[in-house]
Amino acid sequence: MAGQEESSRLVELLTAKDDQLASAWVEAVSRTLRGRISLAELERELNELYTALVDGLRHGAFDWQGDAYAELRALLAELSRSRARQGFTPTETATSVLACKDVLAPTVDTGAADIHAYLQLGKLMDALALFTLEVYAKTREEIISAQSEQLMELSTPVVKLWEGVVAVPLVGTLDSARTQVVMEKLLQALVDADADQAIIDITGVPAVDTEVAQHLLKTVVAARLMGAECIISGIRPQIAQTIVALGIQFGDIVTKASLADALKHALGRRGGDLTGNGGQA
Amino acid sequence: MKAPLPDLDADEETMPIDSNDDVVRARQLVRTLAQRCKLSLVDQTKLVTAASELARNTLVYGGGGVLRIGLVRRAGRTGVSAIFDDDGPGIPDIDQALTDGWTSGGGLGLGLSGARRLVDEFTLDTEVGGGTRVAVTKWAR
Ligand SMILES: Nc1ncnc2c1ncn2[C@@H]1O[C@H](COP(=O)(O)OP(=O)(O)OP(=O)(O)O)[C@@H](O)[C@H]1O
Ligand SMILES: [Mg+2]
Repeated sequence: MAGQEESSRLVELLTAKDDQLASAWVEAVSRTLRGRISLAELERELNELYTALVDGLRHGAFDWQGDAYAELRALLAELSRSRARQGFTPTETATSVLACKDVLAPTVDTGAADIHAYLQLGKLMDALALFTLEVYAKTREEIISAQSEQLMELSTPVVKLWEGVVAVPLVGTLDSARTQVVMEKLLQALVDADADQAIIDITGVPAVDTEVAQHLLKTVVAARLMGAECIISGIRPQIAQTIVALGIQFGDIVTKASLADALKHALGRRGGDLTGNGGQA
Repeated sequence: MKAPLPDLDADEETMPIDSNDDVVRARQLVRTLAQRCKLSLVDQTKLVTAASELARNTLVYGGGGVLRIGLVRRAGRTGVSAIFDDDGPGIPDIDQALTDGWTSGGGLGLGLSGARRLVDEFTLDTEVGGGTRVAVTKWAR
């Protein structure tokens, strides 16, 4: 295996004084994190990393992507996910790994052979630090998309317009995930409000493509299965023309230009009228 | 052999289409260029919708790919061209794929044929095992 000699030497160096080196590492890292993580926690983390690193070197030389390093990669991924969640910066996260280089840094009495081994360790730690950063970045992305999902939930108000009539205004770009959320909320609102008329207002939607249309159609079918009727309102001229050119057919689904027209229609279907006090409760 | 591409102007933009978020971004990018080109609101909406369809096909069937988009000029007219490229499996039967209502997945089967109706120029180049390229252009009136 490539680098076998250097890695064996490193295993020797690292195991000979393991307690001392591991605690030097813990100390170096704890300085950069300035007490935002408990010393005991850090000790546990880094000792595990240390052991896994030595194991990796012993069985896999410098092939950090190989099987021998699976444990170390898993630990690093765990570390970087937890750092990302706790709000540590990318630098602070990568430093936890890179600081390991310093504890073995060559001194005046390091022999030439060991310098070579050290350089190899440096390269290895750099690669592992990049790996850590990648996981960090991915975790941040996940956090952001989870937050936008929560925002989505919040920004989809389903309102009860009248006795038996609920409406949901759709605003902005509808991606598949968002449409899904809207539709689920609407169906739930039908149950909660004991309503049998649902108005989906798409005035705020910039484009209706086949995906959005398909979600709308599915919602209408699902609402029908629940004994409710849907009306799609707010179809602006440019949307109407696009829908026609695309070839989407809404079949017997009632569509209206405005929300007011849709409400009138819904009340007509319920046999109520707009002068009532919101229908007989 | 792939057909000649529209000549995009110097400030063309390129973006990957590798996720649903990219599809949303592609739509926004197309909208921005359509506005810069002064397309009417109806034409903007048509082009954005066509791009949305093609971007999703690139993602879903092509396994991801690239969008290149820019303004084009020809015979004193300005337009917007968008080129979707993927290295996916290609389309074995073009006529079938362009038939309204035909889908190999669970779609409405209107994306490709609908996109063709929504734009002024439409070219489809595909090869089984060699990927798919769809180029569309919409001219300002
Ligand atoms: N880039 C592509 N690579 C491979 N196959 C494609 C590609 N684009 C389209 N196809 C094929 O052509 C078919 C028709 O595409 P089209 O967009 O019209 O319908 P769809 O995507 O199935 O449904 P939707 O109406 O939701 O778009 C697809 O089902 C797929 O088999
Ligand atoms: Mg499609």
